[in-house]
Amino acid sequence: MLGKLTLSAIPYDNPIIMGAVAFSLLVAFGIAGAITYYGKWGYLWSEWLTSVDHKKIGVMYIILALVMLLRGFADAIMMRAQQAFSFGASHGYLPAEHFDQIFTAHGTIMIFFMAMPFLLGLMNVVVPLQIGARDVAFPALNSVSLWLTVVSAMLVMVSLGVGEFSQGGWTGYPPLTELHFSPGSGVDYWIWALQISGIGTTLTGLNFLITILKMRAPGMTLMRMPVFTWAALCTSILIIMAFPALTGTLAMLTLDRYAGMHFFTNAMGGNMMLYTNLLWVWGHPEVYILIIPAFGVFSEVVATFSGKRLFGYKSMVYATMAIAFLSFTVWLHHFFTMGAGPDVNAFFGITTMIIAVPTGVKVFNWLFTMYKGRVRFNQAMYWTIGFIVTFVIGGVSGVLLAIPGADFVFHNSEFLIAHFHNMLIPGALFGYFAGYTYWFPKAFGFRLNEKWGKRAFWAWLTGFYVAFMPLYVLGFMGMPRRLYHYSNPAWHPYLEVAAVGAVLVMLGIAFQVVQLIVSIKEREQTRDLTGDPWDGRTLEWAIASPAPFYNFAHIPQVQDLDALTDMKERQVIYKRPEKYEDIHMPKNTGVGFIMGVFAFLFGFAMVWHIWWLAIAGALAITGSIIARATTEDVDYYVPAAQVERTENERYRQLPSAAVYGGASEADDDTLVPAASA
Amino acid sequence: MTTDVLDSHLAANDSHGHDHGEAVSNTVFGFWIYIMTDCVLFATVFVGYVVLSHNYAGGPTGKELFDLPYAFGETLFLLFSSVTYGFAMLAMHTNNRKQVLIWLAVTFLLGLGFISMELHEFAGMITEGNGPDRSAFLSGFFTLVGTHGAHVSVGLLWMAVMMGQVMTKGLSTRVQSRLMRLSMFWHFLDVIWIGVFTVVYLMGVMA
Amino acid sequence: MSHAAIDSTGASHGSLRSYLTGFVLAVVLTVIPFGLVMYSDMPREYIVYGVFAAAVLQILVHLHYFLHLDRSSDQSWNVAAIALTAIAIVVVVGGSLWVMIELHYYMQPHAMVTGLLGLC
Repeated sequence: MLGKLTLSAIPYDNPIIMGAVAFSLLVAFGIAGAITYYGKWGYLWSEWLTSVDHKKIGVMYIILALVMLLRGFADAIMMRAQQAFSFGASHGYLPAEHFDQIFTAHGTIMIFFMAMPFLLGLMNVVVPLQIGARDVAFPALNSVSLWLTVVSAMLVMVSLGVGEFSQGGWTGYPPLTELHFSPGSGVDYWIWALQISGIGTTLTGLNFLITILKMRAPGMTLMRMPVFTWAALCTSILIIMAFPALTGTLAMLTLDRYAGMHFFTNAMGGNMMLYTNLLWVWGHPEVYILIIPAFGVFSEVVATFSGKRLFGYKSMVYATMAIAFLSFTVWLHHFFTMGAGPDVNAFFGITTMIIAVPTGVKVFNWLFTMYKGRVRFNQAMYWTIGFIVTFVIGGVSGVLLAIPGADFVFHNSEFLIAHFHNMLIPGALFGYFAGYTYWFPKAFGFRLNEKWGKRAFWAWLTGFYVAFMPLYVLGFMGMPRRLYHYSNPAWHPYLEVAAVGAVLVMLGIAFQVVQLIVSIKEREQTRDLTGDPWDGRTLEWAIASPAPFYNFAHIPQVQDLDALTDMKERQVIYKRPEKYEDIHMPKNTGVGFIMGVFAFLFGFAMVWHIWWLAIAGALAITGSIIARATTEDVDYYVPAAQVERTENERYRQLPSAAVYGGASEADDDTLVPAASA
Repeated sequence: MTTDVLDSHLAANDSHGHDHGEAVSNTVFGFWIYIMTDCVLFATVFVGYVVLSHNYAGGPTGKELFDLPYAFGETLFLLFSSVTYGFAMLAMHTNNRKQVLIWLAVTFLLGLGFISMELHEFAGMITEGNGPDRSAFLSGFFTLVGTHGAHVSVGLLWMAVMMGQVMTKGLSTRVQSRLMRLSMFWHFLDVIWIGVFTVVYLMGVMA
Repeated sequence: MSHAAIDSTGASHGSLRSYLTGFVLAVVLTVIPFGLVMYSDMPREYIVYGVFAAAVLQILVHLHYFLHLDRSSDQSWNVAAIALTAIAIVVVVGGSLWVMIELHYYMQPHAMVTGLLGLC
């Protein structure tokens, strides 16, 4: 009836886990209680859960990302604490099996449920606005993608209290992840969380590809698109080409575990190296999926806050495309040591070094953009400058790793850990944070507090250096990764320092939480009344903040790159159209949320071998698709009168329609004061 | 795939000139991109099969298991079904509802014939003890051929739903758009089958 | 050449002639490889080339006659998409097969002794 599920699946005997479960349940029930108390369930359902508005979907993705950042970071600080204590006679406070689940969960959560949702969320909020569209190409599908991702994260959260998580690392190599060595539920939770969210992500890549190629405002040729949109386009292509490889690889592992097949088993002809190869065919493009949108954010931020057009737009576009293409030619550098021989290793070593070149081009373009610009040191610029300096260090360590002979020493050492965190944290995460502070006003109508943002930045930056520079040294000293205990006394002081770094990062996160609270409390002082708080250069700043649900009352005509700056120079910005027209919009629908719920039930059932529930879930998903295909009631028209009323309200808020430039608050010198007409 | 945004017969009111054709063409192009992702998925499974295709683990080889005339028969079923679906599309473009239904039904039966042959082949192998758990080679075989068969089965379900929709809603723009997407899906599956019979059956027998 | 008829939605569609032409070509390109494998006495290598050539050609036949891909501007995005996908697949499949073959070679016991190029 309940498959393999019994009450003994709950880890009563592990106080740390039970504490985490209790805390999570407390927070969940607290939130549910608050919603009930304020009577907001109806509002939540009709305005958020069933929304097909790309802006709201984007916000929900980012909320997921920020929540999972806390969970993933909890794993990180637990690991740092363990390694700081677990030396020689002491074995720390975590048994090995638990530590293994923690590093697996840390990687899985940070990549799939923090970084991916964060970048998908930014793309969702921003791209349709930047191209002058009213939504993405397939809004209901967009909602499906969101909820598949959310429920997959929930599967990972549930694994904390019901069963266990995988101990096989975030990449899940067999034979460790085969049934023989991992008979429990852990690997299955990992498989289904990745498989279900992977489908959601693939659909998003598809959605954004069509949106960007087919729904740009008239006059916006490809070479007039903002760089962030270019980044989103290249990311979407990477998603479309790479994620199916993950789907196939995970499916083969699933068949090994569920149907006794022998793709990757030790015996009966299986080849575990095949998994490693196929996984990284997906895995390498994946890390470029993570970084390219961040590069896009930096390009936008640098141009806006230097008050200058981005230097070398064309080379930026070509560099991004080159990086995207080359990302498919380097995957073997993740397993130089697996033994494919010198020819193969040399080839992939060379391609890995080549891919550093277009990234270098981008760094120079950012620097040249700032050169002779009037740079405003907004918190987004802080994240950007911190990124430029620190990311380059990590990039250089990558070129070192690209040499197969060197990699034989560094593979799976702490040097590798330092390298990829050096890419992901100052690279991807700082980019997402910059995007978060940059576009927050567009989503919510008020700015994030600068002071706390800068404090958070400094804590993150110093915390990063203190936490990860020692790991480079440890790599040189021969320390492998994923150790729950060690005996080499020389390593100990470095790990203590690294633990301090983790505490500094925790402080940074705390400051970001404070920033959010303070910003909400002080939102009346930081209201964005013009829709353009930063004197922006791209179309999203042409409309009100927060953006009206239909985005543009009148689709803009684009005549140049940096479309908004061009409109400001031609003085056509904020011109009211003579008349308003009905706007065709998609209807909200519960199909995304409902399919998500069924997908969760399906995933949970598959983990615990509750076959009747799995079949029911699969049938329910199929039924939902068919039902959605049968309904005709998927869209509606917003009456022109309603559009006019919303727009009039917006113009009332503009300090003066003849003003081109940012908000008028004088308390922040990072804003451009209202220019004279 | 089935999440249309804009409806054609509201286009009359749509003063933004958002041509209904544009929405349909976005959906059709979007589906083409989905097919591209499916190509990559199949490519991954093909790699799995090819790498493991000689790992017999002491069990039977393709030469011993595969029946080429049988595979040829399956191929013809699928090929004929591709053409009959083409006839359904021609009928759709002349707005001939009855012909569309007839050709969809013929296609469905041919597709069903293909699946029946495949299931029969699988069942035979399994009962002889040569199921997917016998060796890595057989795991690859059942998975590659089975993934293709699963796609065909989904196509058949979709086809049944479409026949229902043609009957109840007629050949509206939405229905036509879905038939176009199913057409692309169905032809794409025949393309994949070319890969399957070549790499699995023909090469498997020669090894 | 088939007549690429285009309807109001911009989607291309075929004609009776194009479907029948495609069908006949596809049948021929199926009979040939099956025939080669089942009945031919040619050296194995040539049969393999013939079989793969027929497969590639038949795929092209399907893409043109059934999926209506051609060089018209209406189809340009579709063609671009499949071209890019084909490149990605060639790189990934080709690269993976190369990698796995090399791994197989170096995992054998003799590889430890002889190494690359027979150098000790």
